[in-house]
Amino acid sequence: MSTEASGSGGASTATTPPMIKATAADKYFGDLHVLKDINLEVPRGQVVVVLGPSGSGKSTLCRAINRLEPINSGTIEVDGEPLPAEGKALAALRADVGMVFQQFNLFSHKSIIENVTLGPVKVRRVSQSEARTTAMELLERVGIADQAEKYPAQLSGGQQQRAAIARALAMKPKVMLFDEPTSALDPEMVQEVLDTMTSLADEGMTMVVVTHEMGFARRAAHRVLFMADGEVVEDSTPQDFFSNPKTDRAKDFLGKILTH
Amino acid sequence: MFDFLTEYDILGAFWVTVQLTVYSAIGSLIWGTILAGMRVSPVPVMRAFGTAYVNIVRNIPLTLVIIAMSLGLYQTLNVALGGNTITATNFRLAILGFVLYTSTFVCESLRSGINTVPVGQAEAARALGLGFGQVLRMIVLPQAFRSVIGPLTSVLIALTKNTTVASTIGVAEASLLMSEMTENESDVIGLVFMIFAMGFVILTLPVGLLLGRVAKKAAVKR
Ligand SMILES: Nc1ncnc2c1ncn2[C@@H]1O[C@H](COP(=O)(O)OP(=O)(O)OP(=O)(O)O)[C@@H](O)[C@H]1O
Ligand SMILES: [Mg+2]
Repeated sequence: MSTEASGSGGASTATTPPMIKATAADKYFGDLHVLKDINLEVPRGQVVVVLGPSGSGKSTLCRAINRLEPINSGTIEVDGEPLPAEGKALAALRADVGMVFQQFNLFSHKSIIENVTLGPVKVRRVSQSEARTTAMELLERVGIADQAEKYPAQLSGGQQQRAAIARALAMKPKVMLFDEPTSALDPEMVQEVLDTMTSLADEGMTMVVVTHEMGFARRAAHRVLFMADGEVVEDSTPQDFFSNPKTDRAKDFLGKILTH
Repeated sequence: MFDFLTEYDILGAFWVTVQLTVYSAIGSLIWGTILAGMRVSPVPVMRAFGTAYVNIVRNIPLTLVIIAMSLGLYQTLNVALGGNTITATNFRLAILGFVLYTSTFVCESLRSGINTVPVGQAEAARALGLGFGQVLRMIVLPQAFRSVIGPLTSVLIALTKNTTVASTIGVAEASLLMSEMTENESDVIGLVFMIFAMGFVILTLPVGLLLGRVAKKAAVKR
């Protein structure tokens, strides 16, 4: 990785809006204040890794970006567009934001190729044959073209997660959100998924990645956000964060993570 | 001993039962699925309607539903559902009644099936940009149907037997003929009962077997 030292990945000039922009975003679950005054700009092409202890709001932040979890106040914009309310406009926005889940969430009653072609055909209105061609290219790229006709349950976890990444990429998204994509995997399958993600990062995809994989954060991330209790308490480069954490929370967190 | 049978059109009566069952089943599956969609919809008005409908209709005795079709719809409001003769009208009214009633059970079976589909499935579909209807149709319902083939089989078998209620508004299905025969052939009542009981078993057994096989196939595919 060559871009390691830069604080931000892609160009962020005054004319292009940031890919993701959150302004004073707050989120509550009942009385629980889960996101506290989040202000964040993610320029195009930047790879942001979100770290933090369990329950700090990482998933919620990730899910707020495509409004799977609506925020209570503040605004979130994707590519200059504020998130619309539930409905057609929101569906259209979600089509541009790829999401990869911890539990893969492949459609279990559809084959891998059907999983990958569904979005393009039903949302983007691409022809079945064109969608298939693109899907096969993507499956080739994530290394599971030979599994195309199988059902998700017949694949290993690592293969399923790579299929899920292909499914998201088939929509040609502007941004990719990853919520602990390797946490449900057996250790020997983690690397194959991280490799896929790293190559995506190298190609300039804007990515928000919640992960506990410190190796990935060091190698592929341009920026690290450290969250605690619903707040972003550190926002720095991976080097700075790992070698010189500023807050006690971060030091404590790194101490726990790096000692095992 | 069996001579008297030739005087009655038993097959004809069972044919009416079959028609009642098939049309009612198709209607119930469609309306029940729509109701289930309403009950899980994000629109509060739809949810409220679905919930109220199911809880009211499910708890009315079927006989009352069927009589209400005839007395209320036809005789009071003059809704004949396009039937030219009284026979055709009653037949259609009975089907409507069965659909209105049975759909509540289809709806509740399906809803329990929907609850077995992991939320992640719908989330992944929404994240792709599919709308609520698409998510329901393409992702949630197909999986929900698979997990409720057993309960749905019971609902359909119950429907087959429930069609006997149509006799209360004069539809000439099997049980109406049976009543007539038990009156006329009082010396062989036992035999008459046996014949009709067997008839219903013959009708419902294949339903169970067929859906059982469908269930097995669906299970393998997962
Ligand atoms: N649907 C929900 N309803 C109520 N509370 C929730 C819900 N989802 C999350 N929470 C709570 O919000 C807080 C933040 O949750 P979140 O899942 O964002 O944390 P996280 O940082 O992703 O944690 P983890 O590392 O365990 O995944 C937690 O206290 C969690 O219990
Ligand atoms: Mg989480």
